[in-house]
Amino acid sequence: MVKIKTSSLNLHFGKNHVLKDINLEIEEKKVTAIIGPSGCGKSTLLRTFNRMNDFKDDLKISGSIMVGDQDIYLDKPDLSRLRAKVGMVFQKPNPFPKSIYRNVSFGLDIQGRYSRSQIQGIVEESLKAAWLWDEVKDRLHSPAMALSGGQQQRLCIARALANSPEVLLLDEPTSALDPQSTARIEELCLALKDQVSILIVTHNIAQAGRISDYTAFMYLGELVEFGKTAQIFTVPKDKRTEAYLTGVFG
Amino acid sequence: MNRDVYAKIGISALYAAVVCSVGFLILFITSIFLKGAGVLSFEFIFSGPRSAMTEGGIWPALVGTFWLSLLAVMVSVPIGILCAVWLFAYAKSSRLVSIIKICVNTLAGVPSIIYGLFGMAIFVNMLGLDVSLISGALTLAVLSLPIVINASYEALSSVSQDYMEASYALGASKRQSILRVLIPTALPGILTSVILVTGRVAGETAPIMFTAATFFNRQLPKSLSDEVMALPYHIFALMTEGTHAAKQGPIAYGSALILLLLVLSISSVSLIIRYRLRKKRQW
Repeated sequence: MVKIKTSSLNLHFGKNHVLKDINLEIEEKKVTAIIGPSGCGKSTLLRTFNRMNDFKDDLKISGSIMVGDQDIYLDKPDLSRLRAKVGMVFQKPNPFPKSIYRNVSFGLDIQGRYSRSQIQGIVEESLKAAWLWDEVKDRLHSPAMALSGGQQQRLCIARALANSPEVLLLDEPTSALDPQSTARIEELCLALKDQVSILIVTHNIAQAGRISDYTAFMYLGELVEFGKTAQIFTVPKDKRTEAYLTGVFG
Repeated sequence: MNRDVYAKIGISALYAAVVCSVGFLILFITSIFLKGAGVLSFEFIFSGPRSAMTEGGIWPALVGTFWLSLLAVMVSVPIGILCAVWLFAYAKSSRLVSIIKICVNTLAGVPSIIYGLFGMAIFVNMLGLDVSLISGALTLAVLSLPIVINASYEALSSVSQDYMEASYALGASKRQSILRVLIPTALPGILTSVILVTGRVAGETAPIMFTAATFFNRQLPKSLSDEVMALPYHIFALMTEGTHAAKQGPIAYGSALILLLLVLSISSVSLIIRYRLRKKRQW
């Protein structure tokens, strides 16, 4: 099943042509890694899937992006619902300066259609799903900022999971973390793919190799190569992919 | 001369500057304390002036200052915060924002006596509120408005964009993100400025001279249209219009000491609040 499909997606920031004719099909409940050197447009691509690029004034976008059976630009979806459905975790852990509990309940609180006990249940589930429950269950109401970096990032994942998303976008989620926390988040990704389709942008080629089922390699705004990770890492079809994977440039 | 000597001279100059600044503050506080402490007593604080202001206390002035400051802050703080939120989050054109900010900064630099004249022209005469508690409070509110706007804007812009991004990514609308993330995160900063503004307002004399303050009032203010006594004006009056300098001088210093303590304690409350809220939010 295809979860996200882009057809001739072109994106400009003013005169800057950032994404060039991207055609991509993301499989449901798989981990797809987007790799490529800095400035190749991988984060921008990720942010088109939950329309987080909308805040830039000079954004121009053409082509189509289907999430499920909805064109998320042409069908003018309710952005709140879209962003609940397509959750996002950022490079730098950014929990709110609120309690752990309030961080996770945030998405539910703003929807205003859940009862207190429902929220309580979902918070617990989400923290469990993000492997944070045991570490925080005794201090749900203490500040989230007191957690370690890795815990904060898992809290951000829990916070996104509370919206029961269909897709989870991870924008270099481990680049600010130590190796142990990184390993834990990687394992978590693997565990979560039963529930959600995961897209992960990463600078870390080895990480893409470890956790992804599919890999997309981008270079200068183009999607150079896309396929099963095993295939891309062993027999890349494009010279540029091979050069990037073997560290000729980075 | 070698470099060590230069360094020593430089560092001594820095020390001297620090000693000067702190020294003046200490000198200032001790001299007011020495001159004013003599008259301090329970009665001095809790009773009104008597015998042509040569005896008695400052209670009406203290109450007057309390109401003036409270009302002024109640008016200026909501308007100031809302204005800052609009400037920060809703104003579309950056040119408009900078023009408004220039206006606000100009207002912040206007001498307080001008506010006094303005208040007299607008509130006292044009709106017919007469010399009253409400005229004075409104004048003080106008005076404190630019400070509240600037400080709130500062606090809002120091909130990391990451939080707003996280909020949008969880499906929050702009309004929800502002109400639930931006303002609560900026609140410690805003609160500090509110309290500091209260201190500033409590100590102002010129804006209330023509708009609210009266030299002597046997009664405490009962309504918004009453004239009030106020601490800073009380001091001014004792020192300029008093006829019994020997008796009124110490009372003036006592009042000054109380005013100083009041403002200092307001500032320290704001420091404590800021410290506590910051500690709560540490990484």
